Amino acid sequence: MIEVESLTKRYGRATAVDGVSFRVERGEILGFLGPNGAGKTTTMRILTCYLPPTEGTARVAGYDVFAQPMEVKRRVGYLPETPPLYPDMSVRDYLEFCARIKGVPGKERRGRVADAIEKCRVGDVRDKLIAKLSKGYRQRVGLAQAILHNPDVLILDEPTAGLDPKQIIETRELIRSLAGSHTVILSTHILPEVSMTCGRVVIINKGRVVAEDTPDNLTRRLKGAGTIRVEARGEAASVLEAVKAVPGVLAAHPRGGHDGAVIVDVEAEAGRDVRAELAWAVVTKGHGLLGLQQMGMSLEEIFLHLTTTDAAEQAPAA
Amino acid sequence: MTALRNVAAIVGKEWRHYFGSPIAWVGLFVWTLLFGIFYYFAFTFFLEQSMRVAQQGMEMGGGGMKLSINEYLIRPLFHNMAVVALFIAPMLTMRLFAEEKRQGTIELLATSPVTDLQVVMGKFLAAAGLYALMILSGLVNVALIWTYSSNPPEWKPVLTGALGLFLLGSSFLAMGTFVSTLTKNQIVAGILSFSLFLGMWTLGWADDPMGGPVSKVVAYLGVTTHLEDLVKGVVDLKDVVFYLSVVTFGLFLAHQSVESQRWRA
Repeated sequence: MIEVESLTKRYGRATAVDGVSFRVERGEILGFLGPNGAGKTTTMRILTCYLPPTEGTARVAGYDVFAQPMEVKRRVGYLPETPPLYPDMSVRDYLEFCARIKGVPGKERRGRVADAIEKCRVGDVRDKLIAKLSKGYRQRVGLAQAILHNPDVLILDEPTAGLDPKQIIETRELIRSLAGSHTVILSTHILPEVSMTCGRVVIINKGRVVAEDTPDNLTRRLKGAGTIRVEARGEAASVLEAVKAVPGVLAAHPRGGHDGAVIVDVEAEAGRDVRAELAWAVVTKGHGLLGLQQMGMSLEEIFLHLTTTDAAEQAPAA
Repeated sequence: MTALRNVAAIVGKEWRHYFGSPIAWVGLFVWTLLFGIFYYFAFTFFLEQSMRVAQQGMEMGGGGMKLSINEYLIRPLFHNMAVVALFIAPMLTMRLFAEEKRQGTIELLATSPVTDLQVVMGKFLAAAGLYALMILSGLVNVALIWTYSSNPPEWKPVLTGALGLFLLGSSFLAMGTFVSTLTKNQIVAGILSFSLFLGMWTLGWADDPMGGPVSKVVAYLGVTTHLEDLVKGVVDLKDVVFYLSVVTFGLFLAHQSVESQRWRA
């Protein structure tokens, strides 16, 4: 449904998107993950024909974004990062206008608007001015605008930004319900969102694709066998020996220590939880067990691992 | 067909903004108020002059000659309203694109299946339509003459004058539409537009009977130069063509600007 091939976008000397390629199949939800400034928005803007690419091609629903922008625009629903709303219009008037410029035939317009209002649950504010709406409602009106003309492809730039937790869950459900009949690309830097909504993830950093897989695979791949960090009081060699003797342990690496404590990273077989045995082994050897921590990488850590720059600000609490 | 529908959708949206905000109401109010005031002054002046001429006629012994109501009332009125148009036009155009850019709604327009030209046309026509409504509401004053006067003016110069006023204002509105594409800030757009309109206006002052060909050319480019004949009731094709050219040029610039900004963005 969407084919992006070595897409590049330069602004003067700065390269925002650098040779990005990926495909999205019909009915799929693709998560577009990356820190701010990674090139997510730029890529989406190219896919929606808002910006022309510098190099490379992108095809949406079989049409080239550069050569046949009108055909692409007819088939794409787009929710930019800030919903493009007219504050002095009522929700209904706004959606009516959007339906007109999106080429919804006059006879269907009323029905489509009503449908979008219902799907995005903005019925109770339909006659209010957009200026008076809360952030959550604005976001939903923006989403209603995107699905109005029943597009094949939905491109959503941070659809849950600024929503409260309940609204986030509702929005995710809405997006999931749209998959199947629509192909969806959504960008986010909230990681659980990706594992919860998306079938596949493209992680992008500094304009390049750094990883592409299902959320599960990504987690598994980077988790490796799963690491447990053991912190114990005692002699390093002795602790190491005790730990290695536990069945299911593949390897143990001393990581140094301080104040008489030793830290050992233990690699265990995948899918086997050896924490109880480890604790027992350490304690029966007469060492004081200070800590035991599952080190398996969450999607957060994968993300940080892949996109280490500017990490602190990019990892909101899950 | 689709093109027309899209343009109509944009016009409808702009009118909603105009009438949903004070812009249209203030514009209509100020326009009709000033129209009324200028009309009143021109009318009283005309009456005084008529009385004076009549008196002179009596003293001379014969019947006094009649003053042309077109000359004494309609012409100065339209010239005054042209000045008002100079001030009101920036109000109508300054937010057209600047506001879309500030709100980010330009992204909605740019990613919808409407062309940039349709958007530009829709916005210009919306402004021109509101301006036409202003002129028409002002003309109600003039229509009163026919109701109450036994000696009504010729109606043709009134119509051509109104046409001239409309064409002059449309030139401003088209250029103002262009200026609005240049900035996110509608105040900046307003000030730039007004300066530009003032420039277009003052070019006409270069008209100097003693001047050489340069002053003739410069004066030809002035927007007021071409109003004169229309207000007199003379529709000269070259005046109409001049205004239409300015409108086309303004819309062309606006279109180029909207399109190129996307390339450079």
